[in-house]
Amino acid sequence: MTATAEPSVNEFGQARKRKEDARLISGRTRWTDNLTLPGMVHLAVLRSPVAHATITSIDVGAAKQAPGVTAVFTGRDLADEQGSLPCAWPISPDMVAPQAPSLAVDRVNFAGEAVAVVVARSAAEAHDALELIDVDYDDLPVVLDMEAALADGADLVHPELGTNRSALWAFDSAEVGTGGDVEEAIRGARDNGVVVKRRFRQQRLIPAFMEPRSVVMDPTGEQMTLWSATQIPHVLRVMIAMTLGVPEHKVRVIAPDVGGGFGGKLQVTPEEIITFLVARRLGKPVKWTEGRSESLVSGHHGRDQIQDLTICANRDGTVTGLKVELLADMGAYLRLVTPGVPILGAFMYNAIYKIPAYHFACTNVFTDKTPTDAYRGAGRPEATFAIERMMDELAAELGMEPLELREKNWIKHEEFPYTTISTLTYDSGNYEAATARAKELFDYDGLRAEQQRRRAANDPVQLGIGISTFTEMCGLAPSRVLGSLSYGAGGWEHAAIRMLPTGKVEVVTGSSPHGQGHETAWSQIVSDQLGVAFDDVEVLHGDTQSSHKGMDSYGSRSLTVGGIAVVKAAEKVVEKARKVAAHMLEASEDDLEYDRGRFTVRGTDKGTTVADVALAVFAAHDLPEGVEPSLDSDATFDPENFSFPHGTHLCATEVDTETGEVSIRSYASVDDVGTVVNPLIVDGQIHGGLAQGIAQALYEEAVYDEAGTLVTGTLADYLVPSAVDLPHFTTDRTETPSTTNPLGVKGVGEAGTIASTPAVVNAIIDAVRHLGVRDVEMPCSPQTVWRAINAARGQVKSTSEGSTETAAGGGLGSIDSQHGGAR
Amino acid sequence: MPDKIRISLTVNGVGHDVLVEPRMLLVDFLRDELQLTGTHAGCEQGVCGACTVLLDGETTRSCLLFAAQLDGSSVRTVESLARPDGSLHPIQRAFTENHGLQCGFCTPGMLMAACELLEHTPLPEPEDVKDALSGNLCRCTGYQNIVRSVCAAGRVLATAENGSHPASETAETTGASA
Repeated sequence: MTATAEPSVNEFGQARKRKEDARLISGRTRWTDNLTLPGMVHLAVLRSPVAHATITSIDVGAAKQAPGVTAVFTGRDLADEQGSLPCAWPISPDMVAPQAPSLAVDRVNFAGEAVAVVVARSAAEAHDALELIDVDYDDLPVVLDMEAALADGADLVHPELGTNRSALWAFDSAEVGTGGDVEEAIRGARDNGVVVKRRFRQQRLIPAFMEPRSVVMDPTGEQMTLWSATQIPHVLRVMIAMTLGVPEHKVRVIAPDVGGGFGGKLQVTPEEIITFLVARRLGKPVKWTEGRSESLVSGHHGRDQIQDLTICANRDGTVTGLKVELLADMGAYLRLVTPGVPILGAFMYNAIYKIPAYHFACTNVFTDKTPTDAYRGAGRPEATFAIERMMDELAAELGMEPLELREKNWIKHEEFPYTTISTLTYDSGNYEAATARAKELFDYDGLRAEQQRRRAANDPVQLGIGISTFTEMCGLAPSRVLGSLSYGAGGWEHAAIRMLPTGKVEVVTGSSPHGQGHETAWSQIVSDQLGVAFDDVEVLHGDTQSSHKGMDSYGSRSLTVGGIAVVKAAEKVVEKARKVAAHMLEASEDDLEYDRGRFTVRGTDKGTTVADVALAVFAAHDLPEGVEPSLDSDATFDPENFSFPHGTHLCATEVDTETGEVSIRSYASVDDVGTVVNPLIVDGQIHGGLAQGIAQALYEEAVYDEAGTLVTGTLADYLVPSAVDLPHFTTDRTETPSTTNPLGVKGVGEAGTIASTPAVVNAIIDAVRHLGVRDVEMPCSPQTVWRAINAARGQVKSTSEGSTETAAGGGLGSIDSQHGGAR
Repeated sequence: MPDKIRISLTVNGVGHDVLVEPRMLLVDFLRDELQLTGTHAGCEQGVCGACTVLLDGETTRSCLLFAAQLDGSSVRTVESLARPDGSLHPIQRAFTENHGLQCGFCTPGMLMAACELLEHTPLPEPEDVKDALSGNLCRCTGYQNIVRSVCAAGRVLATAENGSHPASETAETTGASA
């Protein structure tokens, strides 16, 4: 029998080195692109160079004759089989959605859309042959601007839909009954308070995971096996079955090592469907691996909204109402959760504040651009940015200290649980504690004093302080709430525990890690629950054959949903073991005490362990009557509520008023993600999140030219920050345990991204507000900042009303007032 | 298709005498011909640094070189860092002890770039590390723990040079304000 290592004292909270690392640092990784199967051929995709056109003809004759080429397929060849790519979140009953072929048939609607594929012996030969395919395009008018797209008589992305408006989704606190009427609040404030109106632009971003997407499909077994660099192997299997009519039990999906996702691999991609169909046709394994430019132009993008906000308040700073009107760019198609992304933000504009009247309306718009979908935070960064910017604008208008304004309006720690105007119930939080700690780490008062000195001295390099006191809803979960939002699936997660005869443990999880470290964290959890050593736990994931059931990883849900499922499964193992242990110890179950893997008979030194019970169950020679010889257990956990991490982020920027250059001088964040399983991993998630949020503020934007061509189609043009572009982060935590799960944990994956963008932009504006600057569009490049400063110097405005009128189609709610939003 | 070209080169200490297509990139040669899949192609144009290897001791983007150019060269990849018995190189150990990686896709390139830096600058300051790694993109970590990892590895290697054993822990003390 194998010796089993002694469990350490308590795994929960330990900064365990990750189990995943050994293979990742030694080159023993298992990326999809590493796979080579016997007889495998390679697929390459021809993409449309134009944004909107009718395909009049495709000549593939020369390509078929090219060296090494096995086959060439066009959309017409696959038209009968390919179905329409799934959209799982029809946000309203009257939402309009176009057909979404994986391979374009008659028309292309964005530059980068797949129009034909070549299969060849080698990837190089497949790419060579792409150049021999001759496609005739008949150009159509290109729709790029959302407001123009909504105008009467606008050119249409999908003429058959008769409109570029996909859906209008609205929430109104007066209609739902959770609060007052926002128009009334605004009228009141005009007479007797302040009204601030602003327009913000959430530029289009690209997830830019480091591992390019790759798909391998082996059709030769009884189960056809699809490997994909995906965040969602389980969802993908269901969607392949539903989209293609393939029997689900004949499909196995594997997500091996996956190199980052950030929402970008939360998708059912055209290339997965195409590779599946082509391999099935050819009867041999097919591999597709994208190049970086393919990835940037055809993988889904994120953000891309125009936000019109009106906030009103009493003169003492008490916020009396908030009105939010959005235009959200869907791009050319509705991918898996495209329409729902801005709606996730609907519940977050009120943020940590007690706002008595709230109206939200979002108009989803089609354009001839790459489809948008989830990108780290998905709807919540946009909301947090807008409300945190508005709080600073309101503070400036009132002449109040921006932190004091926030404190005046935020939910006090003794007020939890607190039901917000947008119907969510925040279970826990302590904004005071996080803010106090952040101020201390940041030296808030010292920096404010320095700011005053530099302002008084008219220093050409001005100091600004940006604040973001954020919360977010994550742990995307409660199935009934997702159902009320018309989401096409539940939000549960599955886990199973297999007790092996030698006392080792296999944990099967439906979460699907792609860099987070679930193998480590789940091992820590199980080690504590079952009293087995950390190294004696193996975590199996990302393969529908071993982990047959799951809802995968996104929305900071893995620990708060999947991790709790593991706890629940472990509890069942213990309950099964208890019966056998009682029998072995000749004691009553009621007399057994259990602690971390050990059963003892109360008041005696008699005892046994789960591991010993596992061996006894394996032998099964002497089990109590009616007891099945197995401790294996599984659990499916569906939480009652979301998870609400929060925190206070403070950023100090130095802005050169002569060049517009911004440098982040210091950044301090205090996050409250509840209790922490592994602080090393949590800090890493925060750091990475900060990097992406700061990158939105300063560097990144997917830019299109007037013809609809993505001009940031390489990593030389799309500015993913490098080590020299980011500041040192000073991070700390407060711990207010969640009351809605047994571990007290909250999500952490998206927090840093959600919180940081407004902190940076607020800091930039704070540095130059005295020059008359009220906004700088993201990304805040030197040129943009310089222009904002100079525009302000030319025409300094003092009015609180923004110059741009709203154009979004606010109005009637499509939400069912009987059932509310997400109560 | 032009004729293949014969080259002799050493990869991770092993000699190879092979025929390669003139257009075959070094990264594809390593991955597809030698099955050394630890080197990753992230952008195929020398921007992301995931494919970084050491060519005659200097960092090189293996996506920007043809294998055919490498006759007589010596290439080192991430697979060469650990000892044959599996014990990790101090740089590898520092990365895991300081959580210097998440998804791990950029990591081999980071490790090779760090090797070169520590060769020339045994005890780098964080700013030195940032400069040296500025051509290697990571989307997961925000770089802070990568920088810590490399600094920590430098200290371990320097201690080893001075005669003590490099097996000591490379983890930096983590305070509240990590």
